[in-house]
Amino acid sequence: MAALSIRSLSKRYANLEVLKGIDLDIESGEFTVLVGPSGCGKSTLLNIVAGLDRASDGTIEIGGRNVNDVLPKDRDIAMVFQSYALYPSMTVRQNITFGMECRHVPKAEQEKAVANVAKLLQIEPLLGRKPAQLSGGQRQRVAMGRALVRDPLLFLFDEPLSNLDAKLRVEMRMEIKRLHQRIGATIVYVTHDQIEAMTMATRIAVMHQGRVQQFADPDTVYRYPANLFVARFMGSPPMNTMPARLEADSSGPVVVIGAGRPDEVRLHLQGYDAAASYIGREVVLGIRPECIAEGERVFSAAAGPPVIVTAPVELVEPTGAETIVLLRLGGEPAQARISPDIRPTPGTSAAFALDTRRICLFDPETERLIA
Amino acid sequence: MTSAASTATGRPATSAMVRRLPEYLMIWVPLLLSAAHLISFSIWTIWISFTPSTLVPVAGWVGLRNYNAVLASRNWQIAFDNLLLFGIAFVLLSLTTGLLLAILLDQRIRGENVLRTIFLYPLAVSFVVTGTVWSWLLNPGIGIEKLVHDLGWTTFHFDWLVNRDMAIWTIVIAAIWQSSGFAMALFLAGLRSVDSDIIKAAQIDGAGPIRTYWRVILPTLWPITITVVVVQLQFAISAFDLVRALTNGGPGIATQLPALVVYDLMFQRSQLGRGAAAAVLMLLILLAVLLPYAAWRYVRGRQAAHA
Repeated sequence: MAALSIRSLSKRYANLEVLKGIDLDIESGEFTVLVGPSGCGKSTLLNIVAGLDRASDGTIEIGGRNVNDVLPKDRDIAMVFQSYALYPSMTVRQNITFGMECRHVPKAEQEKAVANVAKLLQIEPLLGRKPAQLSGGQRQRVAMGRALVRDPLLFLFDEPLSNLDAKLRVEMRMEIKRLHQRIGATIVYVTHDQIEAMTMATRIAVMHQGRVQQFADPDTVYRYPANLFVARFMGSPPMNTMPARLEADSSGPVVVIGAGRPDEVRLHLQGYDAAASYIGREVVLGIRPECIAEGERVFSAAAGPPVIVTAPVELVEPTGAETIVLLRLGGEPAQARISPDIRPTPGTSAAFALDTRRICLFDPETERLIA
Repeated sequence: MTSAASTATGRPATSAMVRRLPEYLMIWVPLLLSAAHLISFSIWTIWISFTPSTLVPVAGWVGLRNYNAVLASRNWQIAFDNLLLFGIAFVLLSLTTGLLLAILLDQRIRGENVLRTIFLYPLAVSFVVTGTVWSWLLNPGIGIEKLVHDLGWTTFHFDWLVNRDMAIWTIVIAAIWQSSGFAMALFLAGLRSVDSDIIKAAQIDGAGPIRTYWRVILPTLWPITITVVVVQLQFAISAFDLVRALTNGGPGIATQLPALVVYDLMFQRSQLGRGAAAAVLMLLILLAVLLPYAAWRYVRGRQAAHA
C-alpha cells in the first residue's frame, strides 16, 4: 500500500513557483529522504504534506485517503522539527502527552504510552524536566518521542539533525536509522546533507528548483545519477564532470578528454550501447573521485587489466583515511581518492588507475544521463 | 582585573583610559548627578518627615507624630483604599486589554501597522491632556451623556464622573486608555518571538487556537507580564497628573490618591512634615512592589547564567 502519494503537486507564491509538478509514491515502511540545496522546495513540500501549507494544485493521499482538505491533526502524521519545537513551559512528559491530551486519550493510556516511548528512547530520567534544562541531543530525543507516541501512518522529519554538532549528528543519524529498522515506520525525511540521505534512506528524492530530479534507491542515485545536477550534488567530493568527445574505433566506443591536445586521454568503454547515437559528438563525462586511484590499484579482478593514465598532479590533500589529489586529465581538472600512504609530489606527473566501468556520460544540452 | 592589566602593561592602559575619557564623562557625570539628587532629596524628605516643619523646614524631632497623624487622617485612608482599588483594577484591566489587542493583532491582519500605531498613540499624550479630555468626555453636561441625549435617548444616564461611588472608575478608564497600548506593544513583541515551529507542532498535535494560546503561547509570556505589571503598578502608585486633571480628587475627596494627599498637605495646607511623611509612605509602597521584582530579576539572572 502506498503510504503517501503525491500527484502533480505545485505551489506558487504570487509570481514565484516553488514546486513544479511533483509526483512521488512512497510505500509503507520506506525511509524516504528529500534532499536538495536550500531553496529547492523540499521543506515547502514537507509542510504541504503535513497540512501546514496548502498546495496550489495537485493531490496528496496519505494511506490511500485524499487529505487535501484535511487538517494537520487529522492526517495521522507526526512531525519532528529542526528547532525541535518543544513547548517551553511544559515538562518533557507534558510535551509528549500534549497531543494525546488534545485527542482526549484516557489518562491511563497516556501513562502507558509515555512509559513505552521513554523506554525506547532512554529518556525516562528526563520526564520531569523542562526543555530549557536539556542538551541539544536530549531535546532531539524528546521531539522524536513526541512524534513516536502518536504511532502515526507517516513520520515527517524536517532537518532534525541540523542543529546538532558533528559528532552528535552521526550518533543520532545511526539512532534514527536503527529506530526505523526496529519499528518499521514510514518516514519522510528532509535534509540538505547528502551524506544523511545516502546513509539513512531506502529511497532518495533529489530536489532542485522545485522539481524532483531523481527518485531512486541510494545506490542507483549514486551510481547512475539522472542528470548533471544529481551527479554533482551527491557525493563528497562530488563527481568529476568534464567536456569530452565520444568516438569509436575497432574495439568499440572511446571517450576522449581534451581531444587534439598532446596530452589527450582516450578511454575505451565497454557496455555503453545506449551511447551509440552519440558517437562523433560532444558529451559530458562524469567519473567519481574513487574511480581514479593510484596506478597500482586493482578495482576488480574480473575487470581485466586496469586503465593506466599518466597525469600531472596539482594539489595533494591528505585526509588521514585517504589522500585527495587534484590532477589534470587531458587538461581538465579532476579529483582522485588514492591510498593514504601515497603522496605524489605536486608539479610532477604520476600514474593513475581509472575504473572506466563506472564512467557516466551526459548529454551536454539536456544534461541528462546517456549511459 | 583592570588594575592587574594596568600594572602589567603600564602606559597602554593609561592611554586607553584617556582615550575613553569622553565615554566615562558621558555616563558617570549624569548618573552621579541624578543619583545624588534622588538620594539627597529622598534623605531630605525622610528627615523632614520626622520634624515639626509646617510652612518652612525647621529642625527638631517629633518621632512618628507626622506618620500617626497622616495614617489616622480620613484623607489618607480614602486615598489608600482608592489606591488598592485603582491599582488592582487598572493593572488587571490594562493587562487583559493589552493582551487581547496583542492577540487580535497577532492574527496577521491587514493594516496591522496602522492599528498598532493607533493603539500605542495614547502613550505619547501627556497625562494632563488625557485627564482633561476624559473629563470633558465624561462630563454629563457636555460629554457622552449629552451626546446620547441629543441623539434621542433622553433617559440615558452616565454620570460616573460626578458620582461618589463610581468616580474612581473614570480614572481607571482613562488610565487604561492611556497605557494598554504599552502592554499591547510588549505582549505583541512576546507573541512574535514565539518560534513558529512550536505553533505548527501544536497544530499537528491537534490543539485548537484557544488551547494553543492558553497552554503553549501564553505561558511563555510570564516574564513580559511581570514587567508590565511592575511598570503599571509603579504608575498607579505615583499617579498624580491624570487624577489632578480628571477629577482633582473629587467629588469631595472620593477619588483621593496618595500623591494628591502629599500635594495637598505640602503645598495647600502648608504641613511640610506631614506631607513628607505621606511621601515616605508612598515610597514604602513603591518599594514593596520594586524590591520583590528586583529579587526576581536577580534570581532569574542567576538561573540564566547557570543554564
